[in-house]
Amino acid sequence: MSGRRIGLVAAEILTPVLLLAAIAIWTNTASSFYFPPLQEIGEAFAENWLFARVASDVLPSLFRLLAGFLTAAVLGVALGVLLGRVAWLRRQASPVIEFLRAVPPPALLPFTIIALGVESPAKIALIAFVCVWPILLGTMDGIAGIDLTQRDTGRSFQIRAMRSLFRVELPAASPQIFAGMRTSLPLAIILMVISEMVGATDGIGYFVVQSQRTFALPDMWSGIILLGILGYLLNLLFSLIEGRVLAWHRGAREQTR
Amino acid sequence: MVLAVIELAARTELIPSRFLPPPTAVAVRIVAEAAQGRFWLAIVDTLAGWALGLGIAALIAIPAGILIGSSEFVYRATRPIIEFLRPVPSVALIPLVFLLFSPSLEGKVFLAVFAATWPLLVQTQYGIRNVLPLQLDTARSFQISRHRVIFRVLLPSALPYLATGLRIASTVSLILVITGEIVLGAPGIGKAINEAREGAAVELMYGYVLIAGMLGVMLNAVFAGVERRALHWHASQRGTTT
Amino acid sequence: MLKLEGVSKRYGDENTGVLAVRDLTFEIGEGEVVTVVGPSGCGKTTILKLMAGLLAPSSGAVTIDGRPLVKPPLEIALVFQDYSASLYPWMRVAENVRFPLDPKRVSSAEATGRVERALESVGLTRFADSYPWQLSGGMQQRVAIARGIAYQPKILLMDEPFGALDAQTRAELEDLVMRVRDEFGVTIVFVTHDIDESVYIADRVLIMGPRPTYVEQELVVGLPHPRDQITSKEDPSFAHLRGIVYRSIRESTQAMASVAKDPER
Ligand SMILES: Nc1ncnc2c1ncn2[C@@H]1O[C@H](COP(=O)(O)OP(=O)(O)O)[C@@H](O)[C@H]1O
Ligand SMILES: [Mg+2]
Repeated sequence: MSGRRIGLVAAEILTPVLLLAAIAIWTNTASSFYFPPLQEIGEAFAENWLFARVASDVLPSLFRLLAGFLTAAVLGVALGVLLGRVAWLRRQASPVIEFLRAVPPPALLPFTIIALGVESPAKIALIAFVCVWPILLGTMDGIAGIDLTQRDTGRSFQIRAMRSLFRVELPAASPQIFAGMRTSLPLAIILMVISEMVGATDGIGYFVVQSQRTFALPDMWSGIILLGILGYLLNLLFSLIEGRVLAWHRGAREQTR
Repeated sequence: MVLAVIELAARTELIPSRFLPPPTAVAVRIVAEAAQGRFWLAIVDTLAGWALGLGIAALIAIPAGILIGSSEFVYRATRPIIEFLRPVPSVALIPLVFLLFSPSLEGKVFLAVFAATWPLLVQTQYGIRNVLPLQLDTARSFQISRHRVIFRVLLPSALPYLATGLRIASTVSLILVITGEIVLGAPGIGKAINEAREGAAVELMYGYVLIAGMLGVMLNAVFAGVERRALHWHASQRGTTT
Repeated sequence: MLKLEGVSKRYGDENTGVLAVRDLTFEIGEGEVVTVVGPSGCGKTTILKLMAGLLAPSSGAVTIDGRPLVKPPLEIALVFQDYSASLYPWMRVAENVRFPLDPKRVSSAEATGRVERALESVGLTRFADSYPWQLSGGMQQRVAIARGIAYQPKILLMDEPFGALDAQTRAELEDLVMRVRDEFGVTIVFVTHDIDESVYIADRVLIMGPRPTYVEQELVVGLPHPRDQITSKEDPSFAHLRGIVYRSIRESTQAMASVAKDPER
C-alpha cells in the first residue's frame, strides 16, 4: 500500500522532469528553426527577464492587467450590490448585461482603439470593460440571493446600513463574487496580451510579437514562457487569496455535510 | 430602455457619434450589409472556426479526460503538467501561430483548440473521478464489460461536468477564433470588425460587434438547451421536466 | 456451493489498517436462504463483498462450486442497501434491469423476455418506462431486486436491502424475497441488522461477532413454509429464535463498546 503511494508521488515528480528532458533532447537534435534548443531559450530568458526588461516591459504589462482587473472588481461589486438590492433595476439591466457578457471580448479591441487610442488607459479600460460583467453578475446574484434570515438577523440587531453591507451582505455574497473574478482573470490576461500585440510600444505582448517579426526565436519563446509563468503565478495568487477569504465558506459547507 | 438612452446620447452628440453611433444608424447599416455575400461569409467563417476548435478540443479532451480520470496513476503523473499548462494564456502562442500557419482557418483553430482543451479536460476528469463508487461496484458485480461501463456508466454519470466543460469550451473557442481573426487576419467576423475600423466605418464596426455578441448569446442558449435535454435525469434539472 | 475457508480481510496496511474479518469459515448450500445478522460496523458488508468477488481476501479462499473466486462471477448478483445510488438515474426502469444482460452473452429477445418477467414478479410492469427517481424507495428497491433476478444468478447477495424502508414496505418486500426464492430457485444470502427479519425469511441464521468478525452462532430456522407475517411471527419457535439472536447481538455490542474504550486495541 505504501509502496503504491511512493509510486504515485514519484510519478508526479518524474513526469514533468522527463517531459522537460525530452523537449531538451528533441530541440537539440531536431535543430528546427522554430524550436530552438532549450538552453538557448533559457539564456534568452535570463538575458531578457532577469531583469533587464522588467521595468520596460513586464511592469507596464502587469500595471495594465492589475489596474484593469481592479477597476472591474470595484465597479462590478459596486454595481452588483446596487442591482442586487433593487429588483426593478435588475430586471431592466439583466438582458443588456447578459448580452454584453456574451460579446467575445477581443471584438471590442478595435472599438477601444477608435474611442480611446492605444495608450495604457485604453488598454486598462478595455480590460476593465470586459472583466466587469462576470463580477457584476456574480455580485448581483450573490446579493439578491442572500438568505433572508441572514439579512433579518442584521436588521434585528439594528446594524447600520454600511456595516450591514460590509459585515453581512458582501461576505455572504463573496463565493459568487470570487466565482465571477475567477472567470474574469483569464480574460484580463488574454486582453492584456492581445492589446499589446495589436497596438503598443511596450509590454510583454509587444515584445513577443516584435521578436517574432525579427525572427529572434529564442527571445520569442522566452516571452511566451514568461507569459505562461505569469498566468500560472497570477492564478496561484488568486487561489491563495480566495482560499483565505472564503475559509469560512468551506468550513460551513463541510459542517452541513 | 437602455437602448433609448444610448440613442438619445448619441443623437444629441452628448457622446460624439464618432465613438458611439446611434443604435438606429448601426441597425440600418448592418441590415444593408446583410444584403451582401461577405456578411454571411464572415459569419460562416467564424462559426466554422468555432465548431472546428470546439470539436477538435472535444476529441482530444474527452478521451484524455476519461483516461486520466479513471487511473490514479495517470492522474498523478499528468497533474503537474496540466496544472502548469492550463493557466497559460493561449494568446501567448499567437507569434508562434504567425510563424507556423498562414493567416487562414488553421491558425485560429489552433488557438481555439489550445484554449478550449483545458477546461474540458479538467471537467471531464473531474466528472469521471466523481462517479459514485457504488455505481461502479454495481457494474463490476454484474461483470459488465469495460466498454459498456465507459459508455453507459462513466460517461452518463460525468455528463453534468462534461456539459459544463463543453459550455466553457464553446465560449473560449469563440473568443479565440475572433482573436485569431483580429490579430492574425484570418477571415471571419473579427477581420470584418478590424477592416471596418481601418476604413473608419464606425457604424459597420459596431454592427459586426453586435453580430459577434449575438453569436455569443445564441451559442450560449443552444448549449443551455442541449444541457437541459441531456441532463433531464439529473437532480439539478428534474424540477423543470417532471 | 459458495464456501469461505479461513478468510481474513484487512483494510489498509499491516500496522495502521483495520482488520474487518478474521479467519472466517462457512458454507452456503444450494437453494438456501441464509441471513447474516450482526452489530453495525462488524464487517457484514465486507463479507458480502468478499463473496461477490468485489474484494480479494487478505488470506484464505472463497470458492464457488470448488472454483476459487478471482473476480465477480456470473453466478452471483448483488442488491445493495443504497438503491438510489446503485440504480442509474439516467436509465429508465427497464433499462436498469436490462443493463447487466450483456448483448454478447444474452440475445436481445431473451433479454426482453427476462426483463418483462422480472418486472412482473416484483409488480412493476407498469413502471418499466419510468425513471427510478420517479418511484418511491420501496419501488426502487424492487427495481434493484428485479435487476438481480433478470441476471439469473445462482446466488443473490443482498446487503441490508430494506434498511432504509418503512415497516409496511419492508414486510411486503420480505415476502417478495421468499417468493423469488420459490419462483426462481435462487440461493439467497441476506445481510440485515433487523433481528425479526433475520429469523423470518431465513432457513439458517449466521450471527456475527464484533469486529474482526467471526460466526458467533449458527441457527437453523425450522419454521414451516410458506411463511406469513402474522402466523409465522406468532409461532413460539419464532419468539425463541428471536430471543437467541437478540441476546447474542447484545453481548457482542457490549464487547465492542468495551473494546472502543480500551486504547490498546
Ligand atoms: N474501504 C474501507 N477502508 C477502510 N476501512 C473500511 C472500508 N470499508 C469498511 N471498513 C471498515 O471495516 C469495518 C467493517 O465495515 P463493514 O463491512 O461495512 O461493516 P457492516 O456492514 O457490518 O456495518 C468497519 O470498521 C469499517 O470502518
Ligand atoms: Mg454494511
